[in-house]
Amino acid sequence: MALVHEEVADAICTKHAETGLCFYFHYLEKQGCACSVSHLVVMNTQRDPVATQLSSDTLGRPVRTLRVKMVLLGGSGVGKSSLALRFVRSEFRSTVPTVGCAYMTHMIHLRDVSLRFEIWDTAGQEKYHSVTPLYYRGAHAALLVYDISKRETFYRVQLWLQELEKHYIPGSTVMWLIGNKADLGHARQVSEQEGHSLAADRGLYFIETSALSGDHVDELLQDVAHRVYECVGGQQGGLSEWEEKPCEDLHHRDMSSLLTSCCKS
Amino acid sequence: MDGEAQNESVACEKATLAPVDRLRSNRAESPTPGLVEGTEPGAVQKSAFFAHAQSFEDLTAEAEEKAEQEGVVEDSGQTEDELQVLVGERTITEQHAQDVSPQSRSKEEDMSSEAWRSHRKHVFVLSEAGKPIYTRYGSEEALSSTMGVMMALVSFVESDKNTIRSIHADGCKVIFLAKSPLVLVGVSQTYQSDKELLRELQYIYYQIVSLLTLTQLNHIFQNKQNYDLRRLLAGSEYLTDNLLHRLDRDPGLLLSAVTCLPLSNSVRDVVSSSLQAAKAKNLVFSILLAGDRLVTLVRKKDQFLHHIDLHLVMNLVGSSSSFREGEGWTPICLPKFNTAGFFHAHISYLESASDLCLILVSTDREDFFNMSDCKQRFLERLTKRTAYQALKEALKCPSYSVEQVGIPELRHFLYKSKSSGLYTSPEFPELYQSDEEQERLMGLYQDLHSHLHHPVRPLRFFYRCTNKENLLAWVTNGFQLYLCFSPLGTKAMAVSAVNKLLKWIRKEEDRLFILSPLTY
Repeated sequence: MALVHEEVADAICTKHAETGLCFYFHYLEKQGCACSVSHLVVMNTQRDPVATQLSSDTLGRPVRTLRVKMVLLGGSGVGKSSLALRFVRSEFRSTVPTVGCAYMTHMIHLRDVSLRFEIWDTAGQEKYHSVTPLYYRGAHAALLVYDISKRETFYRVQLWLQELEKHYIPGSTVMWLIGNKADLGHARQVSEQEGHSLAADRGLYFIETSALSGDHVDELLQDVAHRVYECVGGQQGGLSEWEEKPCEDLHHRDMSSLLTSCCKS
Repeated sequence: MDGEAQNESVACEKATLAPVDRLRSNRAESPTPGLVEGTEPGAVQKSAFFAHAQSFEDLTAEAEEKAEQEGVVEDSGQTEDELQVLVGERTITEQHAQDVSPQSRSKEEDMSSEAWRSHRKHVFVLSEAGKPIYTRYGSEEALSSTMGVMMALVSFVESDKNTIRSIHADGCKVIFLAKSPLVLVGVSQTYQSDKELLRELQYIYYQIVSLLTLTQLNHIFQNKQNYDLRRLLAGSEYLTDNLLHRLDRDPGLLLSAVTCLPLSNSVRDVVSSSLQAAKAKNLVFSILLAGDRLVTLVRKKDQFLHHIDLHLVMNLVGSSSSFREGEGWTPICLPKFNTAGFFHAHISYLESASDLCLILVSTDREDFFNMSDCKQRFLERLTKRTAYQALKEALKCPSYSVEQVGIPELRHFLYKSKSSGLYTSPEFPELYQSDEEQERLMGLYQDLHSHLHHPVRPLRFFYRCTNKENLLAWVTNGFQLYLCFSPLGTKAMAVSAVNKLLKWIRKEEDRLFILSPLTY
């Protein structure tokens, strides 16, 4: 299978050097290929080692994929998992409370870069709070979610905000305040104005969404992608540097074994 | 069977795993001489992967010992009034039912109603301060005074340096299990024995420990005796609900065993070795499940997984759909392994639409990406092999019909190999397709099981005729067997069927069981 993929990639890369990898990635995703990410990295480094570095990107075309760590925080039952499901699959399903944490990835393609969102959907239940720092540490985007029909969740989100601010490094994290379940307007307990002013006070972006209807969910994700790329990615040592290191750490061992297995087969 | 021989054999059972001469002569009359633990069909060839795969004795042993030390309270005359207080707390519960917060669970029920009181089995968990922690039906808030009475009963008996075990009254049993800092109470209208009910309460206790660890539980209640533990358990009640449902339905929980996906030996070996190859420093257990069936399990050398821990993992995986959406990463305490600390489990399905769920248990909470990497390596290796296709084929028929055995009067059976801690059972035949019928059959098996494991007078062999079916149960040092025949069969026929069935299981054992478990 690896051989076939390489051929496909070869063809794509030579024909459309600029956009090839992007398409290839899609292709792999469609094939449900397990090793898509490591493959992508392998291809990248083999063919154009310069392309992975932000500063010396000679092509200036969307050949780079940057990793964005995004975390969803908030009380239990506010719809974090439903939002995550909307982000990744554009669908809604009623969910049971998340156990621990769910991890999923989603690609967002901007004009000159692809962002690989690594979404950490945390459990809102109190018993898991001790492990939550694992997930928000080093996050580039933090989405603080509350339920507009439950005031209690609005207070909880402020507690999360306090905790985040303790560990906050300016410019490293883009934070959003999200009033979810906007479809429950008739049972609203937190006004949009309150959300706005809290966000303005603490320097957060604000939006009201509905995971149920999908209202503003896509806009939110696109917006997050742009902001993260502008705020964090534009900075020295922002996204790019962060991207390379863990990527190599994670797949370094894999790459060598993959390469050999590709060559053998 | 005569009582003397039984008692002797029970003593042997606990003493040793190796065939003893005395034991052999004892068993010579049995239809399958020489069948001792470790040689029965389905026995593991190397070492078992379950710790203490014996039977459910190890589950109840602790409680038994304690009770024996401290004497028994079973005075139904005196306690009947108290039971009335317990079950018939009408006015007070009504009063409190008003206070139920709108946020409480959807399973809200009117606690003063006849419907609530007529549930077959209630389970309550409370703290030693008498604070409600969990109720199977209705809401905890409304039950605070009832639970107060329960705690009063426990403390009253405790003040005499004694332990309350159960109250029997009018078709109703109240079972108590004090597991500091928790108290568990079961109120049952089923025919299950005290021991069976106690075992179920133990499972619930372990379920709670698996979410919080015993260390944390103790710590919480040492600091604040009247802490409301529901705060920490919020959002996990469904796990306990599902576990209780399983206890009524899953033969594995009854037998203290798990069942395997029927799979040809060679395919299973490939899957196992692929899993074995995807190892990491802190990885302790790799478990591949197909629904509630075990496909394979690889463990670190010298580390054993207890079947209770595996059942808790299965309950967790089976109860939550969230693992289907992405990769799950959660702290989990395996109480039979260590009640003090958390493991961290990476839980994910191999493919989104597939039933194959991989659970990688690590000791390091920062190990997510390593575990994710292990999964990828396993999947890469496996997808290259034709065995993966065969495995997917096997998923389409995860069970087998009893007709394959070729015994016309046989409707259903459970067979557990003791040394491996695995059991096998055909799918329910048409007669037992409905939920009620399945639960009824499970009730019959439970009844047989409690006779075979009676604390005072255990039986080895038990034949029972009812107007709907004939049942046979047989326990040896190597296996437990429960058979369900049509009511037209005879005892002689049932006995001869046993031989035939054991031969069939022997023939199929490499498909139905995991004979050679692997380690890293």
